[in-house]
Amino acid sequence: MAWNRCVFALLGALSLAAPASAQNLNMAVGAPVTSIDPHFHQLSPNNAVAGMIFDRLINTDAQSRMVPGLAESWTAVSPEVWEFRLRRGVRFHNGNEFTAEDVVFTFQRVPNVPNSPSSFAAFVRPIRNVEVVDSHTLRITTSGPYPLLPQDLTNIYILDRETHQGATTEDFNAGRAAIGTGPYRMISHRMGDRIEFERNDNYFGERPAFARVNYRMITNDSARTAALLAGDVEFVDQVPTADLTRLRGDARFAMSETVGLRLIFLGLDHMRAEVSPFVTDNEGRPLAQNPLRDLRVRRALSMAIDRAAITSRVMEGAATPSGQFLPPGVFSAIPEFPAPRHDPEQARRLLAEAGFPQGFRVTLHGPNDRYPNDGRVIQAIGQMWTRLGVRTTVEALPWTSFIARANRQEFSTHLLGWGSNPDGSHPLRSIIATPDRERGWGAANRGRYSNREIDGRLDAAMRELDNSRREQMLIEAQRMAFEDVAIIPLYIQTNVWAMRQHLRHDARVDESTRAQDIRPAAAR
Amino acid sequence: MSDVTLAEPAAVKEETPFRRFVSEFMASRIAVGGLLVFTIIALLAIFAPWITPQNPYDLAQLDIMDGRLEPGAVGGSGITHWLGTDDQGRDMLSGIIYGLRISLTVGVGSALIACLVGASLGLLAAYAGGRTDSVIMRLVDLQLSFPTILAALMILAFLGKGITNVVIALVIVEWAYYARTVRGSALVERRREYIEAAQCLALPTSRILFRHLLPNCLPPLIVVGTIQIARAIALEATLSFLGLGVPITEPSLGLLIANGYEYMLSGKYWISFYPGIALLVTIVSINLMGDHLRDVLNPRLKK
Amino acid sequence: MTAYLLRRISQSFLVLIAMSIIVFVGVYAVGDPVEILISPDADQMERERAIQALGLDLPLWEQYAIFVWRALQGDLGRSFVYNEPALQLILQKMPATLELAFGSMFISVLIGLPLGMYAGLKPDSLGSKAIMAGSILGFSLPTFWVGLMLIMVFAVQLGWLPSTGRGDTAYFLGLQWSFLTGNGLSHLLMPAINLALFKISLVIRLTRSGVRETMLMDYVKFARAKGLSPARVTYVHVFKNILIPVVTVVGLELGSTIAFSVVTESVFAWPGMGKLIIDSINVLDRPVIVAYLMIIVVMFITINLIVDLLYSALDPRVRLEGKA
Repeated sequence: MAWNRCVFALLGALSLAAPASAQNLNMAVGAPVTSIDPHFHQLSPNNAVAGMIFDRLINTDAQSRMVPGLAESWTAVSPEVWEFRLRRGVRFHNGNEFTAEDVVFTFQRVPNVPNSPSSFAAFVRPIRNVEVVDSHTLRITTSGPYPLLPQDLTNIYILDRETHQGATTEDFNAGRAAIGTGPYRMISHRMGDRIEFERNDNYFGERPAFARVNYRMITNDSARTAALLAGDVEFVDQVPTADLTRLRGDARFAMSETVGLRLIFLGLDHMRAEVSPFVTDNEGRPLAQNPLRDLRVRRALSMAIDRAAITSRVMEGAATPSGQFLPPGVFSAIPEFPAPRHDPEQARRLLAEAGFPQGFRVTLHGPNDRYPNDGRVIQAIGQMWTRLGVRTTVEALPWTSFIARANRQEFSTHLLGWGSNPDGSHPLRSIIATPDRERGWGAANRGRYSNREIDGRLDAAMRELDNSRREQMLIEAQRMAFEDVAIIPLYIQTNVWAMRQHLRHDARVDESTRAQDIRPAAAR
Repeated sequence: MSDVTLAEPAAVKEETPFRRFVSEFMASRIAVGGLLVFTIIALLAIFAPWITPQNPYDLAQLDIMDGRLEPGAVGGSGITHWLGTDDQGRDMLSGIIYGLRISLTVGVGSALIACLVGASLGLLAAYAGGRTDSVIMRLVDLQLSFPTILAALMILAFLGKGITNVVIALVIVEWAYYARTVRGSALVERRREYIEAAQCLALPTSRILFRHLLPNCLPPLIVVGTIQIARAIALEATLSFLGLGVPITEPSLGLLIANGYEYMLSGKYWISFYPGIALLVTIVSINLMGDHLRDVLNPRLKK
Repeated sequence: MTAYLLRRISQSFLVLIAMSIIVFVGVYAVGDPVEILISPDADQMERERAIQALGLDLPLWEQYAIFVWRALQGDLGRSFVYNEPALQLILQKMPATLELAFGSMFISVLIGLPLGMYAGLKPDSLGSKAIMAGSILGFSLPTFWVGLMLIMVFAVQLGWLPSTGRGDTAYFLGLQWSFLTGNGLSHLLMPAINLALFKISLVIRLTRSGVRETMLMDYVKFARAKGLSPARVTYVHVFKNILIPVVTVVGLELGSTIAFSVVTESVFAWPGMGKLIIDSINVLDRPVIVAYLMIIVVMFITINLIVDLLYSALDPRVRLEGKA
């Protein structure tokens, strides 16, 4: 026993041998970064790391608002032509100067990255022509008026024509091509384990606080919290809701949080007029008519959900009940539009009016490894619906099999999340609009909701360059969708980070975790 | 206890192997203790609906407002939750008793079926040798090298979620262990004189396999068997941890532990701790019986 | 002997083919990699492009034929997720898993064998009862749970060991190993113990039952009757005999330790093959899953072959079929 203790103590001393310095930052993220190539895989953890190494023409601030990046200004000079004035004197990590040619090169590379499982091509597809006016001025012509061009370009990280000509994804991963204009340069990379960064002292923007960053990936939630508690890392993201109370109550730690842009909602089967696969009567026989096509039933199901109970009990406060895609205050959020009231009485009346005084049975599907507490939330909704008289079976599936089935419209009701851009057209186009391959609409409309009036308004908004008029159109379209209960909105997640007391962090609504957003508390 | 064993021989006119086995088994206090505990657990599991204060699988009886109550707290429905509640407001005591049911079905069921399949194939492989042996053993190689989790994921993708399907998945994953073990010892045994003698008597193969070879391979089989029951229960817990096990609204002990796992760091220990204790007691009782059973059944330990 | 080896090797090829077919069909049944990998806001055109880019637009048999053709040329395909050769990805991660597996095997034999011998030689003592009771703990508690408890006690509460990850590494034989540095070793200890728990119990039990049986064998009785010292009887006669089942199981378990280190690796954020395979399963990265299983199967077959050869070397009663 004593022998054991000696060995442990010795090993412990060894592990503590490297002291944390004020210049170094050890941080851990929950989602693995799969590629350093900023155009290979459109995935939030990859985008976050790209945001440390590279820059975009238009960067986004913590609130996801557009701010000048490599472009100092941008204006629509005619409905189809945009002029971008680029920043002068910016250099890549290897000393090459940034010019307009690099942007042209980047736009050409984006749709042509081999083997990409999810490319950024859609963001440059509206671009018909790019004209280099001079070394730091560009004119971009779109096919038809396209107000979302600046928003789309906040996704495209700019590469260097000389350095990245012919660079492969492997070159980026190995570090040879991981050369950008961003605040950090990558010095080493162990796939799926850790990335080490060094500060770029010539960065054109605000100088980051830490000279060296050790960016680790710890995917297991409890292990990540434990690493913070044990002092192995000083900063973690995606704090599990189960640990919020403990961390909040511990003076050694500080939290940073913000209401995000991710709505958790229930999708409903609008496609089948007759038998919906997971809806039956109380004896288990299929119902001849799909009750989910009846607005009264949809409203009843929505009203029966006690959103406040879910956000306070299941999510432990890390969510806000919502009746729409966007949180209040964001561009094109519907003003004065609270979450549906919890009213079981009214819900029962609506159900009876719709011809179901005794209710019916339904199976609610959802993932159990995708969103925080997803499996728990569907169980809680199962409780509430069952109490309403809609006997609910809850089936939680791993995301791998869940999403394939959801995309085949196999479910009657299902839980999903949607992380929006701060622009109502984004969720409307994907989730609410009638599926249309040519326009790229309704690609995530898994309930096959279809409403021509909403489509019309969205179409008009997509051509409107005047932002305030566009906002009004988007608000109207969203209001129609939620009054018709196209989907049942539940809550918007709060993004939470935890850190040692001596650190501060600018919480980002887009959920990305980057070292330049962290600084010592004293430096404030 | 000793009275019974003393009284036994008088009552027994003819000593059958079974009677001898029972009396030998009963001679160990520890084994009888294990049997007693296991019987109580099994009875609890069987009569769960009549003894629990709540049906933890009925969503209508749960209320998230009663979620994560401490042991001894009284919930909104007036039930005292002696072991607390989980995140859904499920009474832990009821959840554990119901969970025992599922864990035992899954663990014992899958271990027995896997043992039956695996031991038969292992015996056959060792006895027949040649091509049969090669085919079976390469199947074993294939099975043992296939990561359990991937196998289970695929099987559950084919079959869907459900307790029966978890059992099937575990059988497919576990049979190879039995086959490999039985073959190992059978290879040694089949060279022995008594097998040769049986062969000379031209006894049917099945009789040689199951009456002569099998009993002599039993000791290692029981070691593996008792371990595999425990392993099956723990594996089911791991599958649940990865979201592949039993349905979340009908948690087994393993799923209860996996569910409470996330709350361990925040001090809400009871969600994971009590199901863990129940699991431990169950497995310990099975092993106490198994250990002794092995000694009783082992012909080579007879003095 | 040669004929026997040749036959085993040709059989192994059949196993490899069977395995690859199972994986292709299995992954196909579980879901569509593109659905999982693609950005949620991708439109229909982007989806079609991705399906084509990954070669998933072809019929399954054609995808399989392409795989076999390339595999024969030594190319097991590129990861959908990382766009790197699957084989290279796995080999990069292999040292981490190997040292974890060997570390845990080492611990399990180091602890299991002496304890098992003791429990077998003195079956009725209090100490051996305690050992047997303790060994039950080893396989009744789920690995992920024990892992977290270890982290809570030794990293969070006591601060003796680092909680997760792989520490500093040093180069040896051109590969990075962490057991060569003090910091690396301190990171290795907890996951290795976590992975070893089950095997310690197994070794204890096998050794104990082996010792107990052997002690009653005629040749042991005879050796004792001959007046050999108890130490010689124990360490030479008994020890040799119980090695067979222990060698089998340790050999078998080495393979399964490597194959099943998945849970330990994900709890301890250990960047090995197990972590890679579970991440790959979660996103249905088929090339990596197939390549990983190919490697594991080859490893298993080799281990089993070695165990069988050792068997015949250690126990003359077992004859290899090739000779019989």
